[in-house]
Amino acid sequence: MAKVHISTTVNGQPMDVLVEPNDSLLDTLRDGLGLTGTKEGCATGDCGACSVMLDGRLVCSCLVLGAEAEGKTIDTIEGVADGDGLHVIQQKFLEHAALQCGICTPGFIVAAKALLEKNPNPDETTIRYWLAGNLCRCTGYDKIVRAVQDAADELASPA
Amino acid sequence: MGDYAYAAPASVDSTIELLSSNADSGTRTQVLAGGTDVLVQMRSNDRGPRLIVDIKQLAETNVLTIGEDEIYIGAAIASAILNENAELKSKLPGLIESADLIGSTQIQGRATIGGNLCNSSPAGDTIPALIANSAVCHIVGADGERNVPVEDFVTGVGTNCMAPHEFLLGLRVPAPKGNTGDAYLRFIPRTEMDIAVAGAGVRLTLDDNGTCTAARVGIGAVAPTPLLVPDAADALVGTQVDVDALDAAAAACSAAASPITDKRGTVEYRIKVVGVLCKRAGEIARDRAKAS
Repeated sequence: MAKVHISTTVNGQPMDVLVEPNDSLLDTLRDGLGLTGTKEGCATGDCGACSVMLDGRLVCSCLVLGAEAEGKTIDTIEGVADGDGLHVIQQKFLEHAALQCGICTPGFIVAAKALLEKNPNPDETTIRYWLAGNLCRCTGYDKIVRAVQDAADELASPA
Repeated sequence: MGDYAYAAPASVDSTIELLSSNADSGTRTQVLAGGTDVLVQMRSNDRGPRLIVDIKQLAETNVLTIGEDEIYIGAAIASAILNENAELKSKLPGLIESADLIGSTQIQGRATIGGNLCNSSPAGDTIPALIANSAVCHIVGADGERNVPVEDFVTGVGTNCMAPHEFLLGLRVPAPKGNTGDAYLRFIPRTEMDIAVAGAGVRLTLDDNGTCTAARVGIGAVAPTPLLVPDAADALVGTQVDVDALDAAAAACSAAASPITDKRGTVEYRIKVVGVLCKRAGEIARDRAKAS
């Protein structure tokens, strides 16, 4: 099988990688580039654990081919923190205990960040609908919603 | 997994050449738009090797024009982009809602109306809304281009009228010209992200007295293919789209349905519900027409 050569930008860094034609972007990120922060849950676009930003739009990386990343800009969970400094959303997930096993967490944080960049002051219904494509079997969601609300408040008026 | 290959041709002509040469050599081809159905199928029940031809890079499949007479929606435009277009949403709210019903935020960022149509599921949510809106499929291939009404496009469960050398470039939708409204409703057991048990799309035009002068009704998930229901439209034209007319349209939809019983619903239930959905969508379309 002829591999496909891809030039792409991941978290601001230009990267080159060889992918199988039927590899998903998730495979490419985890196995090709060693960026294992993005998780595989269902691999069918139902759970959102593999959420990444593709050219500024929230997508499931399991439903994108690695080959489709040619010339695109990808942002993953690895690019959310600033060095050792956690992003406000990450900090709020910790403070609100909005995670237990943690598999869904990278996807939730990437998705929540996308929401707050689009809508800095979402109401609870908007948060719940926006995050409806991210499944969590541990928390029951309330803590996640509160963490996102708190992060939105803090981003609006930094302490 | 066998020999997969990937190509993203730079022009419509080179795409057609690739599809044609593959068809001639017996190589399996998979046209790829948003991929939200294709990639799932590739990983589950249909793993055979094929050449994946990505049509998203073509300028022509990303064209969105809102003209006086026609609205053109390129086959590869993600639903989220359509939903963010306020003018499009105000002109075809029912069609855009039918696309917006499909999947999560993540899915909306990739999924396309063109892909929903070409996947050709009986339960594809945009298809009854496209039928109601008299949409026409703009298909290109080795024999040139052709325009096929959406109600003639899907030929069976998962099959459509396109030849192996053809692909869908976009959809032509007649622009509404005043006193016109559309709506699509589906029933699912959850609040969102599920496959339709039944669905109904309605577009109608009223005169200044509120009398219906034109109507189209499409139904989904209640037959092997989405259906145009002329009898339902006939029940609305010439009326004030009142309860009696809507009941008659609902009865026509129920009569046109030939559903199956599966885990999502029984034959009897789907026949009943598709009529109810037609009635409710008709009320919304009527009110939108009055407000337009």
